[in-house]
Amino acid sequence: MQISRLAVFALALLGALILATTYWQSWAAPGLANRKENAIQVVAQFTIERGEIYASDGKTVLATNTKRQVNGRTLYFRRYPTRGLAAHVVGYSTQVRSRAGLEQSMNDFLTGSNENLSTVVDTNVDKLLGRHVVGNDLVLTLNARAQRVALRALGKNCGSVVAIEPSTGRVLVMANSPTYDPNLIETDYRSILRTRAGCPQAAPLLNRATQGRYVPGSTFKVVTAAAALESGRYTMETRKNDPGYCVEYGRRVNNYDTTSPFGSVTLFQAIQYSINSYFCEIGKGLGPGPIVQEMKDFGFYSLPPLETPEDERRASGLYKSGRLFEPKDSSEVDPGRLAFGQSELQVTPEQMALVAAAVANRGVVMRPFVVERVVGPDGKTVTRTRRHALGRTMSAGNALALAGAMEAAVRAGTGTAAQISGIRVAGKTGTAETGREGLNQTAFIAFAPVEAPRVAIAVMLENQRGTGGSTAAPIAKQVLQALLQGP
Amino acid sequence: MRTLSPRNRELLNLVAVGMLTGLGFTSVYIARSEVVSPESLTYAAFFLLVYLVAHVVTRLTVPYADPYLLPMAGLLTAIGLTEIYRLNPDDAFRQGLWVVIGVALFSATLVALRHDYRRLESYKYVIGLVALALLVLPALPGVGREIRGARLWVEIGPFRLQPGEFAKILLIVFLAGYLREKREVLAQGRLKDFGPLLLIWGGAMAVLVQTNDLGSGLLYFGIFLGMLYVATARIVFVVGGMALFLAGAAFVYQVIPRVQDRVMIWLDPWPYANDESYQLVQSLFAIAFGGFGGTGLGRGTFTTTAGTNLIPDLNTDFIYAALAHELGLAGVAAVLLVYMLVVARGFRLAMLAQDGFSKLLAAGLTFGFALQTFIIVGGVLRLIPLTGITLPFVSYGGSSLLANFVLLALLLLVSNRAIAPRD
Repeated sequence: MQISRLAVFALALLGALILATTYWQSWAAPGLANRKENAIQVVAQFTIERGEIYASDGKTVLATNTKRQVNGRTLYFRRYPTRGLAAHVVGYSTQVRSRAGLEQSMNDFLTGSNENLSTVVDTNVDKLLGRHVVGNDLVLTLNARAQRVALRALGKNCGSVVAIEPSTGRVLVMANSPTYDPNLIETDYRSILRTRAGCPQAAPLLNRATQGRYVPGSTFKVVTAAAALESGRYTMETRKNDPGYCVEYGRRVNNYDTTSPFGSVTLFQAIQYSINSYFCEIGKGLGPGPIVQEMKDFGFYSLPPLETPEDERRASGLYKSGRLFEPKDSSEVDPGRLAFGQSELQVTPEQMALVAAAVANRGVVMRPFVVERVVGPDGKTVTRTRRHALGRTMSAGNALALAGAMEAAVRAGTGTAAQISGIRVAGKTGTAETGREGLNQTAFIAFAPVEAPRVAIAVMLENQRGTGGSTAAPIAKQVLQALLQGP
Repeated sequence: MRTLSPRNRELLNLVAVGMLTGLGFTSVYIARSEVVSPESLTYAAFFLLVYLVAHVVTRLTVPYADPYLLPMAGLLTAIGLTEIYRLNPDDAFRQGLWVVIGVALFSATLVALRHDYRRLESYKYVIGLVALALLVLPALPGVGREIRGARLWVEIGPFRLQPGEFAKILLIVFLAGYLREKREVLAQGRLKDFGPLLLIWGGAMAVLVQTNDLGSGLLYFGIFLGMLYVATARIVFVVGGMALFLAGAAFVYQVIPRVQDRVMIWLDPWPYANDESYQLVQSLFAIAFGGFGGTGLGRGTFTTTAGTNLIPDLNTDFIYAALAHELGLAGVAAVLLVYMLVVARGFRLAMLAQDGFSKLLAAGLTFGFALQTFIIVGGVLRLIPLTGITLPFVSYGGSSLLANFVLLALLLLVSNRAIAPRD
């Protein structure tokens, strides 16, 4: 009797062990897998042969693996053959600093653990057969050659080049300077931190294209002009007198890009020659409301879409003490200065490229993307990014009119340095004072060919002594040539 | 159809175990062919051979004994050996040698006690004293060794032994004899009869303090309470005993920092995941990673990308985590079911046994076996505070293996006598 009771007790103890094991291996398992202390998960990631990452040609390898035998098992370590070429987009996957860029945001695809029934079945079959897991490859939209041209053109400057295909949203170029070699993240992180460049804060790890804070300067006039045209109160022929300055709150705001007064000018000419006083009057006339609304139509005030991690992107708009802010009326923002891009505006190069792309695409903004398709280990396409319209920023007619004025700016205005023989280029320059004597942030947005745009581009530079027309436009020209004329 | 004799059944089961062992080693070999040599595939054949020798001895000495205990012990040893081999082939070679010595000791025990193991009862006080001496041995300067804060070992030449493992079995033999003799007086519950028992309580506490380890103390005292209950049928003794143990444990908790650490990381291991609870937490990760089906033998992740071990003591205290990782829930649940079957068979023969000493002996040995399994696996699973004792037949370590072979031999002797036809 007592023996059977003791037996029941002993068996109950052992039964409790089965229950406890079940708890840890089923209910608690997902939570444990996500804990940062989990050393096995860290190592297990290296038993997976991560997918490779290719440029748009499907041949240029941006990320691949090297195999190494450690203690009788094969581990795969990441290698980036093109080094800094697309470092900010591709990112890195390492042990000590985890991940960044697409390596982070597309990790599920790259490790083959994306929740898709067929891949789940495949990975479990692989597990049973003892095969190692092979992830999916990514083919990006980036044009390796143009990317290389952009980096070379940027040279020692701090800045960024973003080029987008207007009709689809494909990101063709996303180049930042300075860049970094992702291979060094694990082995020589300090050398990355020691990077020097032509600006006080080199910040080589920063994806300037999507996180940089730039003052758009006169490139913002494209947004203001769109707002003016859409308001119905302006056409390209609307005339105003330019005294060479604009009076706001009793203060004179001088034209920047041109020094002498133009007299009576149209909106078309104001865009062509970047006349601040004209835009100042538009701003005062419209008030901040319609301009902010137009900004939102272009995608300001929300994270610009892209496949890179959210914390590597930043919304463009008006910022006040580090926070995005939306003015209700003229008392909260100086609408005249806002109109020509000199207020507390902070924009990313990606956002400004989208502005150019929207004008190029008859007023419609396409969602930008950098991952063209995901390819399974068997070579079959798992998913392909579909084009998707984000919304209309202006009527097709207004877009065409704006394109005409921008073309004039390149043909015989502020942006002549972007001219390419045989190709019609439309563009808008921008130069913003930084508050430090003689130093500007310069910008240039453009698209080409005007009659059937294939590329929209934004070039933004820090710490420049020249204007947008003399510094950014020549870089845009080189990248446009690389993309349009090809080898 | 003619029913098989117990020994033929044992033989068939052993052959099945041998084939399973072969499968296990082959699977490790396939998974780790880069670091493992093909000669090691002969391990399984060698292993089967050793157990066949044990089988021949049982045929000659205990023909009527339970036919499942030896194969199940063989299965557990094989599982342990395979996993140890997967973790470190050199350790597996040493463990293989211990299996040979263990089977020799098993055979010697059977041969020595084949006529009547109940002779042991008359030597119970001598046995009790030897048990005590063995317990005290690690504390003696010169021979005693402290390893990672626990003073459980003695070192003699090249050998390192844990005398506590043997003391445990001797203690059970002593208690079986003592309790059989005193059960009536004890059942009356007069305080003066409890003198010797209080002494045992004191002894368990002393062991606890001396070894710095809650696990062994809990094990010895748990066995004692279990046997006391079987002998006297008084649940109140068990409750009182547990209260005494808790009081003692609370005192020990106050004075020994190591015990405080163990309790602290048991209650909440996460804040100390990189320090005190590193081993426990990483072992839980390893178990969780196994999931339902495990990674497969030889395919688990036990080292960093640089090749250093993630979990210290993986092949001894934490072998359950390694098994759970590679065999998954399906595998370790099966392993635990084998333990449960051993325990069920053990208690069954305790019930079948004719005399009090045999009943108490079988119940004590079986309960000790179950409790030890619970304490170490429960510790690894964070059911109870973690303590460093071995998983019977599976963990790497000679003393534990030898002691469990003796335990197995005693159970077979009891069952042989219980089942043998009377004339």
